[in-house]
Amino acid sequence: MKKSVFLGTLAATTLFAGIAAAQSTLETVKARGELNCGVNTGLVGFAAPDANGNWQGFDVAVCKAVAAAVLGDASKVVYIPTTSADRFEQLTSGKIDFLVRNSTWTYSRDNDLKMDFVGVNYYDGQGFMVRKDLGVSSAKELDGATVCIQTGTTTELNLADYFKANNMTYTAVPVETNAEGEQQYIAGACDAYTTDASGLAATRAAFADPENHIILPEIISKEPLGPAVRHGDNQWGDIIRWTLNALIAAEEYGVTSANIDELATSSQNPEVQRLLGSSDDLGAMMGLDKEWAKRAIKASGNYGEIFEATIGSATPIGLARGLNAQWTQGGLLYAPPFR
Amino acid sequence: MAVITDEPKAGFRLSMLIYDTRYRSITIQFVVLLLVMAGAAWLIDNLLRNLAALGRGVDFSFLSARAGYDINQTLVEYTNDSTHARAWLIGLLNTLLIAFLGCIAATVLGVIAGVLRLSNNWVVGRLMTVYVEIFRNIPLLLWILMIYAIFTEVLPAPNAFRGEDATSTMSLFGTTAFTNRYTAIPWVIFDNSLGWLNLGFIQISIDFTLVVAAIVGGFFLNRALIARANRIQEATGDRPATWWQSLLALFGPIIAVFVLLGGHFEVPELRGFNFTGGLQVSNSLVALWLALTLYTGAFIAEIVRGGINAISRGQTEAAYALGLRPNRTMNLVILPQALRVIIPPLISQYLNLTKNSSLAIAVGYMDVRGTLGGITLNQTGRGLEAMLLLMLTYLCVSLTISAVMNVYNRSVKLKER
Repeated sequence: MKKSVFLGTLAATTLFAGIAAAQSTLETVKARGELNCGVNTGLVGFAAPDANGNWQGFDVAVCKAVAAAVLGDASKVVYIPTTSADRFEQLTSGKIDFLVRNSTWTYSRDNDLKMDFVGVNYYDGQGFMVRKDLGVSSAKELDGATVCIQTGTTTELNLADYFKANNMTYTAVPVETNAEGEQQYIAGACDAYTTDASGLAATRAAFADPENHIILPEIISKEPLGPAVRHGDNQWGDIIRWTLNALIAAEEYGVTSANIDELATSSQNPEVQRLLGSSDDLGAMMGLDKEWAKRAIKASGNYGEIFEATIGSATPIGLARGLNAQWTQGGLLYAPPFR
Repeated sequence: MAVITDEPKAGFRLSMLIYDTRYRSITIQFVVLLLVMAGAAWLIDNLLRNLAALGRGVDFSFLSARAGYDINQTLVEYTNDSTHARAWLIGLLNTLLIAFLGCIAATVLGVIAGVLRLSNNWVVGRLMTVYVEIFRNIPLLLWILMIYAIFTEVLPAPNAFRGEDATSTMSLFGTTAFTNRYTAIPWVIFDNSLGWLNLGFIQISIDFTLVVAAIVGGFFLNRALIARANRIQEATGDRPATWWQSLLALFGPIIAVFVLLGGHFEVPELRGFNFTGGLQVSNSLVALWLALTLYTGAFIAEIVRGGINAISRGQTEAAYALGLRPNRTMNLVILPQALRVIIPPLISQYLNLTKNSSLAIAVGYMDVRGTLGGITLNQTGRGLEAMLLLMLTYLCVSLTISAVMNVYNRSVKLKER
């Protein structure tokens, strides 16, 4: 299956890359009238189709915001599910316009794979989930355990490093997708399941008996997850970066999907006026119109609203803001000024 | 009457390339070859150009970089500090292992099923028909997933073997544990181990080499004994009793090696999360092996049946007329002749099995597709290079199998003098 995907991309690269490179991504997207957004194949809370087949989630909200900013309509998105194995090929071959799929920003991905990570939409770290009745309370007690792990991810390397550093051994059960890992873990084919802590929480939320599983306190890596674009098209990269920043800034300035129309006309805060396009025309600097950010925020609300609606403490996934709070609240979210 | 010999002119005109039937076919072949090569060159050039435009030239240097990931089944030494090239080797060995096990088991199963399908016993014949039709008409991937899922869902986790009131107990006199991760079986340990033989890139256990040598040596010794008995029988009419010599030849060397090296069996024991000691045969290996065997065995059964049917009925009747029993007729008259028909398509089945083993990724068995074409590809992002190496690997393995089998085919095919 992967081989055919690869050959498909190969053929696409062979025949069409020359043509695609001639046009900027922004022009291509505008001409197409739709945004091809690469998302997870299905991770509840981040990107998964709901009961009606509509994609919902934290990552999906970024797709919607970009579509709203660029095309003026948040529904003009084609969601392309990508596996952990083929996501970067899909991006570099031009099959998707940008990738927002719980992908960790690393040095080699940014440089060697010719991609640009344009920001971080979720600060994460790798953790372990085990059954409560196993009697394990720390990852340091996992010596000799069998661990389920998605192949082709940074988690694989972190796991090897962590067990080596702590002088422990383990047996890996490689799985292709989160769904497969879930199945193996529930069947008891592995003692522990490891992936990003947010992913674990999302996976656990889908269990029939979430109370019987615990996420161990150790976070063994830094996993800044963020959207990525192809290297070389800076304008397109800027659009994604600043759309994300607009969502974050909106939360900081108290702009929500409920009060945005009102603030656009009445706000006295010059930063909000610039952001929403009621004073300066910031959009033109990156090839968009005046109200791009206003539409992006309206699509599914500001960063905080998106977080609470998809993965926040009120949802089954129940993640706390933690590192993903605004800098004013002790978190790491810090949008550069809009001026 | 003078005979006029009309000598053709020796001159060669360019137009002869098209109009002269002697040259025309060569011209056409040459032009087609040129076009094919130009087409291939255009595609490759376009690919390289576009990769260069994306800033990603073809580069194989990742092979010597640290791999950084662990592999769950390693036949020779490997750690996460080893290189990607080493991971490639580990994967290749795992592929060869499953291909070797699969080919042997599928051949045995296929021959039995093929012969039984022709049985006069109605029930046996129909049962084999059902087996063949079910297995060759459902995709292999589904069989692999199905068998693996059965292992995972039905067998108990290692935890179930723990404690006083354990819900599962070890089978086969408490020596073997079937779990949903692996089957833990007793494995031999040598007290007077001779250590490792360092061959540079791999280390080979001397003990293991000796055991293999003893088995192979015993096998050939036995063959020599039987050949000698045959010679004596042909010369004198009396066949010397060979059963005790055969037993000695087959088992003597292996027992000697075993005793000399101080071998004994170590029974697996539940310690911590998993069984330790003994040998753990992972379910992914067994599931893959079973599925490949059952699937390919069904095809081989059909080949065997076809081969046997190709031998004329007269051969059987002639053998019966000579007083041979049905069993010996099949073994001595029919099968040797049928082999000539069976071997060539059998080679294709071996190649198919080897290539189909790349479906191993579905159950997390780390074959070469899983290491080089899976994790290495993902971690380094060198898709084109990894796939090229992978294709080259399978090509070499397949050509080797094919070459070895062709040697065998030459030995059984009809000798034309």
